[in-house]
Amino acid sequence: MKTMTHLLASAALVGATAAHATDLEVTHWWTSGGEAAAVAEFAKAFDATGNTWVDGAIAGSGGTARPIIISRILGGDPMGATQLNHGRQAEELIEAGLMTDLTELAEAQGWKDIVNPPSLLDACTLDGRVYCVPVNIHSGQWIWLSHGAFEKVGLDVPADWNEFVAAAPKLEEAGITPLAMGQQGWQQNLAFGTITIAIAGIDAWREVSVERNADTAAGPAYKAVFEAVANARELARNSNVQDWNLATNLVITDQAAGQIMGDWAQGEFQVAGEVAGVDYTCLPGLGVNEVLDTGGDAFYFPVIDDEATKKAQMELASTLISPEVQVAFNLKKGSLPVRGDIDMSSANDCMQKGLSILADGNILPSGDMNLTADTQTQIEDLMAEFWTSDMSAADAQARYVDIIASAE
Amino acid sequence: MVDAVTPRGPKPRRRFSRANVMLYGTLIVVAAYYALPLYVMIVTSLKGMPEIRLGNIFSPPVEITYQPWVKAWAEACTGINCEGLSRGFWNSVQILIPSVILSIAIASVNGYALANWKFKGSEVFFTILIVGAFIPYQVMLYPLVIILRELGLYGNVWGLVLVHTVFGMPILTLLFRNYFTSVPEELFKAARVDGAGFWGIYFRIMLPMSLPIFVVAIILQVTGIWNDFLFGVIYTKPADYPMTVQLNNIVNSVQGIKEYNVNMAATLLTGLVPLIIYFASGKLFVRGIAAGAVKG
Amino acid sequence: MSSSSKSRKPSGLFRNMSAKIASVPMVLTALVVFVGGTAWTVLYSFTSSKLLPKLNFVGLDQYERLWSTRRWIISIENLAVYGFFSMIFTLVIGFTLAAMLDRKIRGESIFRTIFLYPFALSFVVTGLAWQWILNPDLGIQNVVRQMGWESFTFNPLNDPDIVIYGILIAGLWQGTGLIMVIMLAGLRGIDEDIWKAARVDGIGTVKTYIRVIIPMMRPVFVTALVLIASGIIKIYDLVVAQTNGGPGIASEVPAKYVINYMFRAQNLAQGFAASTMMLLSVVIILIPWAYLEFGGKKRG
Repeated sequence: MKTMTHLLASAALVGATAAHATDLEVTHWWTSGGEAAAVAEFAKAFDATGNTWVDGAIAGSGGTARPIIISRILGGDPMGATQLNHGRQAEELIEAGLMTDLTELAEAQGWKDIVNPPSLLDACTLDGRVYCVPVNIHSGQWIWLSHGAFEKVGLDVPADWNEFVAAAPKLEEAGITPLAMGQQGWQQNLAFGTITIAIAGIDAWREVSVERNADTAAGPAYKAVFEAVANARELARNSNVQDWNLATNLVITDQAAGQIMGDWAQGEFQVAGEVAGVDYTCLPGLGVNEVLDTGGDAFYFPVIDDEATKKAQMELASTLISPEVQVAFNLKKGSLPVRGDIDMSSANDCMQKGLSILADGNILPSGDMNLTADTQTQIEDLMAEFWTSDMSAADAQARYVDIIASAE
Repeated sequence: MVDAVTPRGPKPRRRFSRANVMLYGTLIVVAAYYALPLYVMIVTSLKGMPEIRLGNIFSPPVEITYQPWVKAWAEACTGINCEGLSRGFWNSVQILIPSVILSIAIASVNGYALANWKFKGSEVFFTILIVGAFIPYQVMLYPLVIILRELGLYGNVWGLVLVHTVFGMPILTLLFRNYFTSVPEELFKAARVDGAGFWGIYFRIMLPMSLPIFVVAIILQVTGIWNDFLFGVIYTKPADYPMTVQLNNIVNSVQGIKEYNVNMAATLLTGLVPLIIYFASGKLFVRGIAAGAVKG
Repeated sequence: MSSSSKSRKPSGLFRNMSAKIASVPMVLTALVVFVGGTAWTVLYSFTSSKLLPKLNFVGLDQYERLWSTRRWIISIENLAVYGFFSMIFTLVIGFTLAAMLDRKIRGESIFRTIFLYPFALSFVVTGLAWQWILNPDLGIQNVVRQMGWESFTFNPLNDPDIVIYGILIAGLWQGTGLIMVIMLAGLRGIDEDIWKAARVDGIGTVKTYIRVIIPMMRPVFVTALVLIASGIIKIYDLVVAQTNGGPGIASEVPAKYVINYMFRAQNLAQGFAASTMMLLSVVIILIPWAYLEFGGKKRG
């Protein structure tokens, strides 16, 4: 039966290749307003090549979507292309020979020279071969502040995390939730990571997250981090929402004063018609240590034994990284482009901040590249519990140390 | 067989006794608790968002709007697909029909063989099957991915049909086995004397006698399969997602603010098919359950 | 009622051939999926498989880690609390409602229809409906506060200590109707003479139910228990739809842990170890029962 379908499919495709129209199913988990608008740019550009983008959006966060994507690839019914965060997530799939090798295309188009920072392409590379196309740079280390909320209590918009914490009591008096926080482990973990960089500094962060040094994790610098997070937990007590964009919406509507969230939050402000620097302010690295990690999204192309599909996959790969598409997509998404050679002058205030940090090279590798999904899940579970219970900072730190000590 | 519909309990003595008032009072309060969520879903789905934000979830809509229903059915978005739930509805229908037919056909024959044609080891397999009903699906998810991949059925509707047949088998087989066991032995013996074989007796005697249990099985399977979420999400691709999965997608892909009215309309739409079947067949359902499940 | 006499002398492979052929799907399901799949999962739970199943045995490492994971402990506690109360309340409510409906009341079919309809709805629908009703800003809490009781607090879904009861409310709403119907059918199967005899002897109604009727309905209770128990262990969709395990990890359940580690954390073996533990508890409770109920006794 399967062979039959294959025969029929390839027969249909042989006919179709001449007309250059191959349907390519693309799975991703970009479903919020800003994200959907951005992904539509991809679809538009790909359709313009004569092929058809068949959208396979999977709602929920990556946590919901990844199992579906992976089980489909393992189940022998892969999609034409799929979003995955690059880094260690796809390693085993590549080792099992399930992902298409893009090295030829990468060399032909000189990705090595255009992708900036180079670590993005490195994350796509295994044993010298390229397996994915990075499409954007996402950084998590931002706090988004509502001008309206601070105006209401007659305070200036804080310039860093410490000022923000100092302003909290006044905000609370006025019935404004100081910190909006979605009750999901990955968001709480993101906030934890961001606070770490601001409080403990980059060196300590690197020792723990990259080198997995449990002693540093048990040390005084991280003690201060956990105390700061315990404090932030109190600031977020009244934030009852689950999804990150609902939390962002609290900031947009001035119900909350700030949110620690990645640069993708910017897409939501944009959809709501807010202007950076006027309606809201963004502080990279919480305004303390202005660094960004260079995580991001990438597209992988599962191996499909069909010439027309392969061709379409290559076309999609080169579409995704082409200059025009990079500009259009990233402006909508609020993320930074993966190539340093394009004109982003139309980007807003916040993106410019990000671009200049990038240009200065103040970058960190992202968690996805350092820790396995397994370790990250454990940390997320810990953070989920820590943020929603009355666990003491010391207990949380002790358990964090255990996780880091056993990480691979 | 026992007439399953006539009440057998003790007769209440007087109409307005204190016990009677308590009885009806309790029943009405409990009934309100059961009816409440449906009522709340309906009124919420007919309100506009401003009214929801200001109002009371129990109050009827001041201004009735059908827009949420239209949006839920045809316009709600997941990513850049804005087709609403309609696509999921037809997917569910396509999954449902073969799954119900196949699972019931197989389970009824199983039950019949177990009740009337025992062979060495049949009870052992049956015991395994019943224990299997308790095994959390999660335990077998991964092996099933492998099995379906080897059969070349992964990711298409037939793979999902097979999964539903497998997981529906324990409870359905139990149902049919118990029912067929209660068929008077004389009937079976007489047919054997007449020379009827396994299939002859099944089709000519057992099948016509067991309409009620088939109705129960159909109701159980239609609701079970229509309401499935886990298998739909794991064993199909987005283009084939059943309605429940799409519902979850629509409710969870929040763009801007949560539209509770659209969510509730979508929720009701998803529940509509099993509800209609249930309301249309309520009495048969009860009758069938009485005939089958009780004789355990 | 025994039926084994119908198939006396089960001699030879070809006796009952049609029945054996007809049972092939059942045998395959039992052996390949249930036994085979389970054995496979158990075997791989002793490995260090990550994203792909690989046979690198690591002994009991996965189990050690499992039992030192806070989230797993919380999941087990939640399942125990949910299971205990769900079992008791479903049986008590189901039986009580059935007994009330059995008292020749008016409008029986209306009541029955109302009690049973939630059973037709999926857990996803149930979870979303109750999430909405229990929403603190717009649901019951808000309504009571609007009526003037400003300090009223009923916000189970955002309180880690009681969130599992919020799920229990929804679960009971969905599942009690079925048990009521089964109980009702059982009551209808009881001879009216029993009631007459009880009345003649002057035994009270409640006493009759407890002393006479319930013991007579043992098979019905067994069926009901089977249905409730299998539902409890599988609880997954309801939690996903209603709270998604939150707030934090306060309403996690074992089935969710399994899926989460198998797919999301890409640690298959850890998920397998968790599912094996679930299985173990099922086996310990059920094997003796299944043997008594379906194995030994019926052979006579």
